[in-house]
Amino acid sequence: MSQKILLDKINVPGIKTYEVYRREGGYASVEKALKMTPDEVVEEVKTSGLRGRGGAGFPAGMKWSFIDKKSGKPRHLVCNADESEPGTFKDRFLMEYIPHLLIEGMITSSYALGANLSYIYIRGEYMWVYKILERAIAEARNAGWLGKNIQGSGYDLELYVHCGAGAYICGEETALIESLEGKRGNPRIKPPFPAVSGLWANPTVVNNVETIAAVPWIVNNSGAEYAKIGIGRSTGTKLISASGHIKNPGVYEIELGLSVYEFMNSDEYLGGMSSDRPLKAFVPGGSSVPVLPANLIYKTANGEDRLMTYESLSDGGFATGSMLGSGGFIVYNDTSCIVRNTWNFSRFYHHESCGQCSPCREGTGWLEKVLHRIETGTGREEDIDLLWDIQSKIEGNTICPLGDAAAWPVAAAIRHFRDEFEYHVRFPEKIKNRDHFVAEPFEQVKHLVGKVTV
Amino acid sequence: MKVTIDGQSIDVEPGTTILQAARMIGGESVPPAMCYYSKLKGSGGKCRCCLVEVSKGSEADPRPMPKLMASCVTGCMDGMEVNSKSSPRVEEARKSVTEFLLINHPLDCPVCDQAGECDLQNLSFKHGKSKTRFIEEKRTFEPENIGPNIQLHMNRCILCYRCVMVADQLTDNRVHGVMDRGDHSNISTCISKAIDNEFSGNMIDVCPVGALTDKTFRFKSRVWFNKPYNAHRNCTKCCGKTTVWMFGNEIQRVTGRKDEFHEVEEFICNECRFDHKDVNDWTIEGPRKFEKDSVINQNNYTRDLDTVVIDTEKNILKGRDQDRKKISMPSVPLQREEQEAFKQGNI
Repeated sequence: MSQKILLDKINVPGIKTYEVYRREGGYASVEKALKMTPDEVVEEVKTSGLRGRGGAGFPAGMKWSFIDKKSGKPRHLVCNADESEPGTFKDRFLMEYIPHLLIEGMITSSYALGANLSYIYIRGEYMWVYKILERAIAEARNAGWLGKNIQGSGYDLELYVHCGAGAYICGEETALIESLEGKRGNPRIKPPFPAVSGLWANPTVVNNVETIAAVPWIVNNSGAEYAKIGIGRSTGTKLISASGHIKNPGVYEIELGLSVYEFMNSDEYLGGMSSDRPLKAFVPGGSSVPVLPANLIYKTANGEDRLMTYESLSDGGFATGSMLGSGGFIVYNDTSCIVRNTWNFSRFYHHESCGQCSPCREGTGWLEKVLHRIETGTGREEDIDLLWDIQSKIEGNTICPLGDAAAWPVAAAIRHFRDEFEYHVRFPEKIKNRDHFVAEPFEQVKHLVGKVTV
Repeated sequence: MKVTIDGQSIDVEPGTTILQAARMIGGESVPPAMCYYSKLKGSGGKCRCCLVEVSKGSEADPRPMPKLMASCVTGCMDGMEVNSKSSPRVEEARKSVTEFLLINHPLDCPVCDQAGECDLQNLSFKHGKSKTRFIEEKRTFEPENIGPNIQLHMNRCILCYRCVMVADQLTDNRVHGVMDRGDHSNISTCISKAIDNEFSGNMIDVCPVGALTDKTFRFKSRVWFNKPYNAHRNCTKCCGKTTVWMFGNEIQRVTGRKDEFHEVEEFICNECRFDHKDVNDWTIEGPRKFEKDSVINQNNYTRDLDTVVIDTEKNILKGRDQDRKKISMPSVPLQREEQEAFKQGNI
């Protein structure tokens, strides 16, 4: 059974309120941190090996140490709560059920960074969570954890929640900063990185909700203790939001290093496939990461057990691996149409591209249009190669990772499920049926692809 | 700092970008740029045309950069080695960016007012494909009146943001910007306002394509029929140094003076641009020079030309005598078949 450090008190009645949270030991990390120097807190986080839980997995302590302390400018901590990726809904869960954990983490982390003004940038669609956070901040302020001279320590901190207007791209840290400044949410060109010139050109750290929520435990129990959880460079626990054709969808906190097999099939976690249909594919880290076919789910390229770690899930590169990403675990059974799923993801990235750089602005739309053609039975044989070519020209050539996020799912779908694309273009009449692959899963008609020559 | 681009080394000051260093070297190594504009602060990095391969980061960190870098926003490091023209990866990237840009940009050069001085036309000439793979409909926008001097043709816009930066940095009141996102992005005024500030005409000069054109010049002429001269006048608002584009003795258009990278040397005011079309308003300094492969250069009169002898009788009036009579003398009747063809519009 995995150790819980974020969700260990999730079942305590009333944990959403300040009184219960405080009674259960909340805000202890702030008390402890205020007695330490900010650098000591940063060192603890560095020792913990905590990696950014937003998707990129960059070491949080190292990111904190990049912040420019010599500039004399004010510093800021910004919490990235703009969770919008299809398949990812873990931050919402954390903020909705235990909001004070994030606020405690914000205060501790802000103190470590020397920030006196911090923000939680929350997704516009999470309006009810916004209200929960607003209330929790008011409670924390009334109890003296925010404002001037926190608990008599001489440290001041103002914390605000800022509601986004509903753009996925505002989850990219520089676009988030632009949006927070009141501008159009376009990513900035890096360098300069936010740690040098971020919010209002001041040194800024942008961290995900889950990353900041892990800081109280690290300060309370030491970074070394945190580093003992997990395997290798994947330390600590991770929230996984699981959805799709599984028995128990939901948000799970797992120790990194748990095997994918156990996570998939154990009753403690996903409980296996729903309706007992066979597993066809899965996406381990949200819609932006490559999809993997059944034969690569439980074993890596080297034949080892696939683990829920940053390294194991990306083993062998994209040819045989994927990414842990934000932990949006999506499972497909054999009735799923990979082309339709890919089109659906593509539709999302087309809709969410900010339009600033040419390959992403024009390429995401083109990808969606070609996929739509194939899925609706008007695709051509050459469209599959065209798709491959378009995605390869978007990947790596854009300002921010949204271009890559749009390209990778398409590349992986063609790499691992090319025969399914070919079936679509060769048997348009069959796939025009809205429920194709439901009564007749692809495995049953797969043999037809090889027999027809066009 | 020493930087090497396509095997050619140059010493540059710290803070110089790769594109600026390449422009110092000149020639084929200069990456194309659709959004970068040296006179506009913060421009560049968006169109991705100027991507280059950094094969050596610096003397201190010689590792190559894994991704192609936008040369207009990437600073030079001492010992940096860059492949521009010489890199197949870069060539491929430029081809793909050109293809992306032409997905939604109509290929209507014959009717576009920017034809002949369009950066996208030049880019597609060098890096474009002869056939498009995009078979869907291009995006289209409703025409929008954005003011008395400038015509916006949004269908041709490539979202380079240059005009927005001009409005931000040169004028006192920006009323237009980029609306919507993705391939629905468009340049528009906020709540149907008119762009009428004194330096707004510079938006026309910085537009790399035919999205923003001069209402006082539209469809008057093709640029290669005009003769550009450097001219100046005493102006209290701007430097007063311009290029006047003449057709015979008529000034058809006034623009800022542009350098070899098609960027204005100095921005000019609307009064100089739109209100002074009389030759007497200007002191003509002399004809302008253009780069060799420019379309405008086809009308170049600054080089020595061989005298052309037109043998009128022999060449121009050649043809059948009866045809010439029919064309020039209505008294000669048409044959019946010819009359039928004439009615059908075939003559």
